Amino acid sequence: MRVPLSWLREYVDLPATETGRDVQTKLVAVGLEVETVEKLGEGLTGPLVVGQVLTIEELEGFKKPIRFCTVDVGDANGTGEPQEIVCGARNFAVGDKVVVVLPGAVLPGDFKIAARKTYGKKSHGMICSGDELGMGDDGTDGIIVLPPETEVGSDAIALLQLVDEVLDIAVTPDRGYCLSLRGVAREAATAYGLPLRDPALLDVPPPNSAGYAVKVSDPIGCGRFTARTVSGLNPEARSPIWLQRRLQKAGMRPVSLAVDLTNYVMLELGQPLHAYDRATLQGPIGVRRATGGEKITTLDGVKRVLDTEDLVITDDRGPIGLAGVMGGANTEIARGVSDPETGEVRGTTDVVIEAAHFDALSIARTARRHKLSSEASRRFERGVDPQAASAAAQRTVDLLVLLAGGTAEPGVTEIVSPSAPRTLTIPASHPDEVAGVEYGRETVVRRLQQVGCDVYGQDELVVTVPSWRPDLTDPNDLAEEVIRLEGYENLPSTLPLPPAGRGLTERQRLHRRVGRALAGAGYVEALNYPFMGAAVLDQLGIEAGDARRRTVTLVNPLSDEEPDLRTTLIPGLLGALRRNDGRGTHDLALFETGQVFLPTGDEKPAVRLPVDRRPTDEEIAELNAALPAQPRHAAVVLTGAREQAGWWGKGHPATWADAVEAGRTVAREAGVELTVRQDQLAPWHPGRCAAFVVTVGGAEEVVGHAGELHPRVIKALGLPERTCAMEIDLDRVEAAADGPLRAPRISSFPVATQDVALIVDASVPAAAVETALRSGAGELLESLRLFDVFSGEQVGAGKKSLAYALRFRAADRTLTAEEASAARDAAVAAAAEHTGAVLRG
Amino acid sequence: MSAPNKSYDPVEVEALKPEEIARRTDEALAAVAAAADLEALREVKAAHAGDRSPLALANREIGALPPHAKADAGKRVGQARGRVNQAFKARQEELEAERDARVLVEEAVDVTLPFDRTPAGARHPLASFMERVADVFVAMGYEVAEGPEVEAEWFNFDALNFVPDHPARQMQDTFFVQGEGTKGDESGVVLRTHTSPVQARTLVDREPPVYVVCPGRVYRTDELDATHSPVFHQIELLAVDEGLTMADLKGTLDHMVQALFGPDMTTRLRPNYFPFTEPSAEMDMVCYVCRGASVGNPDRPCRTCSSEGWIELGGCGMVNPRVLTACGVDPEKYSGFAFGFGIDRMLMFRHNVEDMRDMFEGDVRFTRPFGMEI
Repeated sequence: MRVPLSWLREYVDLPATETGRDVQTKLVAVGLEVETVEKLGEGLTGPLVVGQVLTIEELEGFKKPIRFCTVDVGDANGTGEPQEIVCGARNFAVGDKVVVVLPGAVLPGDFKIAARKTYGKKSHGMICSGDELGMGDDGTDGIIVLPPETEVGSDAIALLQLVDEVLDIAVTPDRGYCLSLRGVAREAATAYGLPLRDPALLDVPPPNSAGYAVKVSDPIGCGRFTARTVSGLNPEARSPIWLQRRLQKAGMRPVSLAVDLTNYVMLELGQPLHAYDRATLQGPIGVRRATGGEKITTLDGVKRVLDTEDLVITDDRGPIGLAGVMGGANTEIARGVSDPETGEVRGTTDVVIEAAHFDALSIARTARRHKLSSEASRRFERGVDPQAASAAAQRTVDLLVLLAGGTAEPGVTEIVSPSAPRTLTIPASHPDEVAGVEYGRETVVRRLQQVGCDVYGQDELVVTVPSWRPDLTDPNDLAEEVIRLEGYENLPSTLPLPPAGRGLTERQRLHRRVGRALAGAGYVEALNYPFMGAAVLDQLGIEAGDARRRTVTLVNPLSDEEPDLRTTLIPGLLGALRRNDGRGTHDLALFETGQVFLPTGDEKPAVRLPVDRRPTDEEIAELNAALPAQPRHAAVVLTGAREQAGWWGKGHPATWADAVEAGRTVAREAGVELTVRQDQLAPWHPGRCAAFVVTVGGAEEVVGHAGELHPRVIKALGLPERTCAMEIDLDRVEAAADGPLRAPRISSFPVATQDVALIVDASVPAAAVETALRSGAGELLESLRLFDVFSGEQVGAGKKSLAYALRFRAADRTLTAEEASAARDAAVAAAAEHTGAVLRG
Repeated sequence: MSAPNKSYDPVEVEALKPEEIARRTDEALAAVAAAADLEALREVKAAHAGDRSPLALANREIGALPPHAKADAGKRVGQARGRVNQAFKARQEELEAERDARVLVEEAVDVTLPFDRTPAGARHPLASFMERVADVFVAMGYEVAEGPEVEAEWFNFDALNFVPDHPARQMQDTFFVQGEGTKGDESGVVLRTHTSPVQARTLVDREPPVYVVCPGRVYRTDELDATHSPVFHQIELLAVDEGLTMADLKGTLDHMVQALFGPDMTTRLRPNYFPFTEPSAEMDMVCYVCRGASVGNPDRPCRTCSSEGWIELGGCGMVNPRVLTACGVDPEKYSGFAFGFGIDRMLMFRHNVEDMRDMFEGDVRFTRPFGMEI
C-alpha cells in the first residue's frame, strides 16, 4: 500500500515538521511494515511553469519528427516574450496548455536545464512529459497536456504536486484495513495521539425501493450489496489533476473519471467498488454462484471458465463480473469518444455503483483458482469493513456529481444480511499476562478503545471489535493490540527457567561426531541441493527397478531437469567435485551428511486432520504414512592425490581403499565394526566395489557401499579418472550400535610376536583369511595385522601371499614359545581349513 | 720368579720408582690431553690405561715387593692410575660433547619447509554454525528436536493456524510433492517451508513443559542468487510452560544474540503477523558490523544493514493458542513463545560472506578455512 504523506495529512493533523522518515518510524513501532519512504520531486527546482503552445513548426530532414514551438509562459521567463522550444513529442496542438521547464531549472535525477542548440534551432527549455518530472505512468506516452482552464505562467510544481513523500507499506494479511488511507490514518492518529477525521463518517440516505434492482441469491457469499445510480454525467469530464496525481502516487494509473473515482474511493476507504455503464446492463443485478461451464470475459480480456464455487455478478444475460475480483468486459465504462463527423462526444453517461461485501474465503479461492489477483481481491481476502460499503458508495456518488456534473438518483439499494458485531470476553489482566508487564485495566481499556473497540466491564472485559477488524477473533489478538500500542520496545527482558535438560541425544551426538571424524580425515563438507533428475541416474548406470529409481517428485520444481528429490547423496557430491575440478582444484575429498528421500511406493495422500483438537495417535500415524522414508546418509567422493608429493617424497593417489576406509571411519564413530565384502553395484567399478555389512538384532544388513566408480560412469559424468565414492546409511549404522563400549583388559605380561605368510587363491578375500586366523588363534591372540600382500612367480599363478603379524599375550602369565607357536599353528590350520591357505615355505 | 730377597729395596725396582711413575703419569696425561677425537682417545686409553700400559705393568710389580713396601708402592700406583683415569673420563666427556654438538649441527633442517602432505578437511560453516546456535540453548536446558524435510501440509501449515486459502499460505512459496493418484498440489505433502512444523511435532509428542530448538534445512521456490537460495537453513525455538510471557521471549532473544555476537548486542521487536504466533513480532538485532554508526551518516555507509542500524533476524511471538489446541496442549493452562530465523543470513553477516551462492556450491576454497567449528 503506497501512502502519499500529503494525502495522509488530510485525515490526521501530523506536525508540519514531521518527515516521511519520522512517520515511518512511528508506524513501524505500531506494527506497520513501512518498507521504504520515496521522496518524490527530490532535487527538483524551478522554474517549471504552465505554458500555452502558440505556434508549431515541423522541422524536416531529421530521423524522427521534431517540432519547433513557441510557447506563451506569461511573465515566468522575465520577458513576457514567447519561449522558443524544440520538442520531439507529437501529442499536442496549438492552444494546448503544457508544462514548460525553463533554463536554470533542475529536474529529478540532477538533470540541469539550459538553453542549448539542437536540430539547428536554439531551445530555451523543454516541454515536459510525466516521466521527466518523476510523476509515474499517466498513460499518455507523451508530454503532459493540461486542462484548458489551467492558468498560463503559474507554477507547475505546486499545480502537479510534484514534491511529496510516499510511504510504501507491506500490509500483513491480518491488517486488511491498512490497505486504505483510512486505516493507515487511524494507526498514525493513534501513534501520534492525535484525533482522526474518519472519511467514512458520511451522511447516507436510507435505503428505499427506488434503487437499481439487485437480487442476492447467496447471502453467505455476499453479505451486503449497495447500489447507487448517477445519471447525466458529462462523458467528456476528465479526472482533475489532484485526483490523477493521488492515484499515480498510490501506484495506480488514471484511466477515466468513473474508474478513477472508484479506485480513489477504494484507496481512501478500503472498499472495492465497481461502476457499471447502466446502458449496457440488462435487467436486475444478481449475485450467485456460477453454474458449471459458465464463461466470462473479464476486463483484462481473458475468457474464463467458471467454477461452481465462483461467486459472480449477473444480469439477464448471465455473468457480468467475477464478484470481488474483476468486472466483466461487457459492462465496461466507455471512455468519452468524439464522433468524427458530428464532433459529439459519446460515452457513458449513467453509471450504477456497486459497493458490496463478499466472503473472504470465497474471493481468495476464486482469485487463486483463476490466478487473478486484483486490488479488489487483495482487499476482500484480507477483510473489508462491511460497514463502510454504503459510505463508500455515497462518497463515489458525491465525487461523480462534483466532477462530472451528474445527478444522484434518489434510489438507494441496500441488501444486508443480518449480522452481529463480534464480542469477546477477556480478563482485564490478560494483556498483562501475555506481555509480562503490568499495564493495568485502565491502559488496557484505553488502548482497545483507540483500536475502535467498545469495552465494558471491570475484571472481565466485554470487548466488541470494530467492523474493520475481522482479524480480532481471539483474546491474544486483543492482547497484541494493547502491547503493540504500549510499545514492543518497552517490553522488559526476563529469562524463563527451563527444567534441567538432557543435552543432545545419542543420535545428534553421532551426527556431529561423524562430521568431525570425516573432516578430521581430510574431507571437506559440502551441502548440496537435494534435487536431481532421471538423467543423472542414467549416467550413474542405476538400473530400472533399483530402489534409488523410486523418487519423490515435485509438482513445481525449479528446474524441469531436476524434478526429483535425491535418493542418494552421490550425484550432489559429484556435482560439487566436478565444479571444484573445473575451477582448478584437482585433489579433492568431499563429504556430505543429510537426508535422502525413499518412497516405499505405498504412500497415500496425506489426510487433512482437524485443528480444533489433537489428532489421535492413529491419525498421526496415518499422516506420517503419507511421507517417504527419510534416512540420514553420509557419503564421500574423492579424486586426485590423497597425499601430496613434496620434498618429503612421493604422494599417494586417492583410491578405492580410501573410500572404504571412510565408511569404516563413519562406523567407528558409532562404535560399530563394519564387515566389508566384495560386491557389484552401480555406480561402482564391478571389481572395485565393497559392500558394508552390519548386524542389527542378529540379522545382517547391507548399509552402504564404497569403491572406485565405474569407468563408464566417470566418462558419462565427465569426472576425473579413478574418482572414488562411498555412501552409508547412518541410521542403520546407528541401529547396529551396541551401547557403551566395554573397556578392554590390558595385560602387562610380555608379548609374543609371530609372523606368518600364507598363500591363497587370488580370489580369496583377505577378510576371509583374517576371520579364519582369528577364529583359529583363540583367546591368546591380542592383535593381528596384514602387513604385506604379494603376488608373483614365487607364489605361483593365480595365487597371492598374505603376510600377517600376530601378537599373542596372556592375561595372567608370560607365554612360553611353545604356547605362542601352538596358537599360531592353530590359526594357520583354521586358515587352511576355511580358505585353503598354505603356509609359505 | 726368584725367591724373596729380603734385602731388596723397593725403590730399586725401576718401574715403581716415584720418578718413573710420575713420568709415566705425565706421559699419559699429556697423551690424553693431546687426543683430538674419540678415536685417538681410544688408542691413548689402550696405550696408557690398558692392561699393557706402563702403569698397569708397574701395578703388577707390587706383588713382588716385600710386605712393608707394598702399601707405599700401591698407594703411589693407585693414585697415578686414578689421575689418569680421571683425565680420560673428563677428556672423553669433552670429546663426546663436541661430537654431539657437531652431529646436531649436521642434523639441522629447515623448519620453515611447508608440509601439506595431507590437506586438512573442514565442516561446512552452516553445519557448524547451526550446532553452535543450538548449543547456546542446550546450555540453557533446551533440547534439540528434529523432523522430516518432506512434511505433511498439516504439520507445515494447518496445525500452525495457516487455514486453507489463508493469504499467509501463499506468502511462502511452497514446493509441492506429487502424490500417487492425485494431481497438482493435492497430495497434502510439501517440502517444509520452515522449521516450524517441528514445533507441532514436538507438542504432539511431548507433555509440557517443552523447551526445544529445531535447526534444519527448509525449502522455498526462490531461484538461487546472491541473497536467495531455494534451500536454506533455519533454527526454530519453542518454549511452552505455565506463565511464559513476551518478556521471557525478549530475554531469550537478547541472551542468544549476546552469546553469539558479543555482550553488547541488543534486539528490537517490531509488531508483525504470523499465523502461528499471537502476538507476533519481527526480531531485529543491532547491526553486527556498524553497531548503528552508519545511521544518518552517509560518509560511513554500511552494506550489511543498508545503514538501517538493525538487521532483521526473523519472526517470533507468543505461540498462538490455536496451535496449542491443535497439538493437544491446554491453552488455558499453558502459554509459550517461539521464534525462527535464517541461519544462512546470520552466517553471512557474522563472517562477511558476500554471496549466498558461495555457501551452496561446495567450493573447498570457501569451506576449508572454517575448520571444525566456528
